Amino acid sequence: MFYELYLGSWLSINKFGLGFIIGSVWDPVKGIFGALPLILGTLFTSAIAILISFPISLGIALALSEYMPKQLSNLFFFFVELLAAIPSVIYGLWGIYVLIPFLREVIYPFIQSNFGFIPLFSGPIYGGGFLTTSILLAIMLIPIMSTIMREIFILVPSALKEAAISLGATKWEVISVMISYARLGIIGAIMLGLGRAIGEAMAVSMVIGNKFQLFPSSLFDAWYTMAAILANEFIEAINPLHISALINVGLLLLVINLIVSIIAKIIVRYHLRIIGGIMRE
Amino acid sequence: MNELYSKFRSLKDKIMHILVYLALIIALIPLFSILFEVFIRGISAINLDFFIKPTPAVGEIGGGVANAIQGTLITIGLASIIGVPIGIITGIFLSEYSENKLYTIIRLLNELLNGMPSIVIGLFAYVLIATVVGFSVMAASFALALIMIPIVSITTEEALKLVPASIREAAIALGTSRWKTVIFVALRITKKAIITGILQAIARIAGESAPILVTMGYWKWWFAGLDRPVANLALDIFLFAKSPFENWIVLAWGSALILIIIILSINIVARIIMKERY
Repeated sequence: MFYELYLGSWLSINKFGLGFIIGSVWDPVKGIFGALPLILGTLFTSAIAILISFPISLGIALALSEYMPKQLSNLFFFFVELLAAIPSVIYGLWGIYVLIPFLREVIYPFIQSNFGFIPLFSGPIYGGGFLTTSILLAIMLIPIMSTIMREIFILVPSALKEAAISLGATKWEVISVMISYARLGIIGAIMLGLGRAIGEAMAVSMVIGNKFQLFPSSLFDAWYTMAAILANEFIEAINPLHISALINVGLLLLVINLIVSIIAKIIVRYHLRIIGGIMRE
Repeated sequence: MNELYSKFRSLKDKIMHILVYLALIIALIPLFSILFEVFIRGISAINLDFFIKPTPAVGEIGGGVANAIQGTLITIGLASIIGVPIGIITGIFLSEYSENKLYTIIRLLNELLNGMPSIVIGLFAYVLIATVVGFSVMAASFALALIMIPIVSITTEEALKLVPASIREAAIALGTSRWKTVIFVALRITKKAIITGILQAIARIAGESAPILVTMGYWKWWFAGLDRPVANLALDIFLFAKSPFENWIVLAWGSALILIIIILSINIVARIIMKERY
């Protein structure tokens, strides 16, 4: 697979080499391609999405596994799992026609009128853009991450909980013991969500505004990601160098994804080994 | 002092309790909103024409997504023909032949494939097939089959591992060879779990649009041969949603409703089959 993608991007690799990664011009007409803005856009939108969705997912996982009565929790869990099955293109459709108008008319003007003095929150509001993309990605990640985290909490040995309870801990103190016990598993869940966010193409290209620039001028400004440019330009590219450059972007995306998932795998394996050790003791 | 501290602890406990439920509510609002909006806006788009007419030209009134439904079924069917047998064989290999030298490599590849962005899988199918044959159903089905394989193989593997050793031993004691034990005894017991896996894989690829885009592109007509593209429901949503044409946008919501109904009902059926097992 690597080899095939390498073959497909040969023209571009041959011409730009490492310059492809640090170049910041994308001009199909002149045949100059550099992917740095795309890489930054991908990493930043995904990172913010994780920041938003992590506390919410953790809350849901705890509510479902610890706080709710079993029947109710099963019902909600069923619902959350179904939501994880909704295709990304439908999230994108909803993003364009429901989320963007809501953010543009209600939330962003409110933020701007109160915190507009901070440079991050100044600048024109288009509706779509950097922050909108992260919010949409966060909404897409919540069902996935909370399902995994719930399973991790269920796996926490009850002896640990009972020990904490017998020391007179409050419910939250018991849970914080559980969280610190399961922290590696939680990090694994985050990495999994990160991998998902990085590779998301359709929904992102529908709301990000598709503007090729190194950094957006504010959180509301448009940007671009690696997967989104593939979704937008691949089908219209005719020039062999352009196609090759896009496949090269795909190759970079694959490399980043593999790094993230291998790190996640190592963390989870390490976590399981620690759990195994505690169980034996 | 001590009393103050214990008050602080119980206060913190209560705050956290509220925050946890708050997280649940915050998350449920957009998620309910998606289902609600798709249902309300989609239902108005659905009429008889929607199911029997192909994509309308720009500016044309009415029309439907019949060609996209046809195309989606063809693509999924072809992908399943390739993906399901390979997935089941991979699952059998992973569960039964763990002493084999290739085991670690296959397992790693399978897991990495599972987490790979679907658009990258699509690009791979493009380089491998579409550069030779052109944008085509073949290339798209190949990409979707690659997405199916890890889902089917992981469920197969997990199901096979749950087959009690006593049943296998009984088969072996009767002189059955190893492969016959797997195929005629273990696979038969786990039939339902494997069907669940296949259904889940189908539900997943029915909603995939990114790999379809890079292997077939947009196609507004009927099926015209395996070496040509076909239309696709999920990809149509993408095309219609980004268009400025009122009529297409309405079709996008209608397609979204159909797609959600199909995917959710496959998932629910899969779940019911799973439950019956116990």
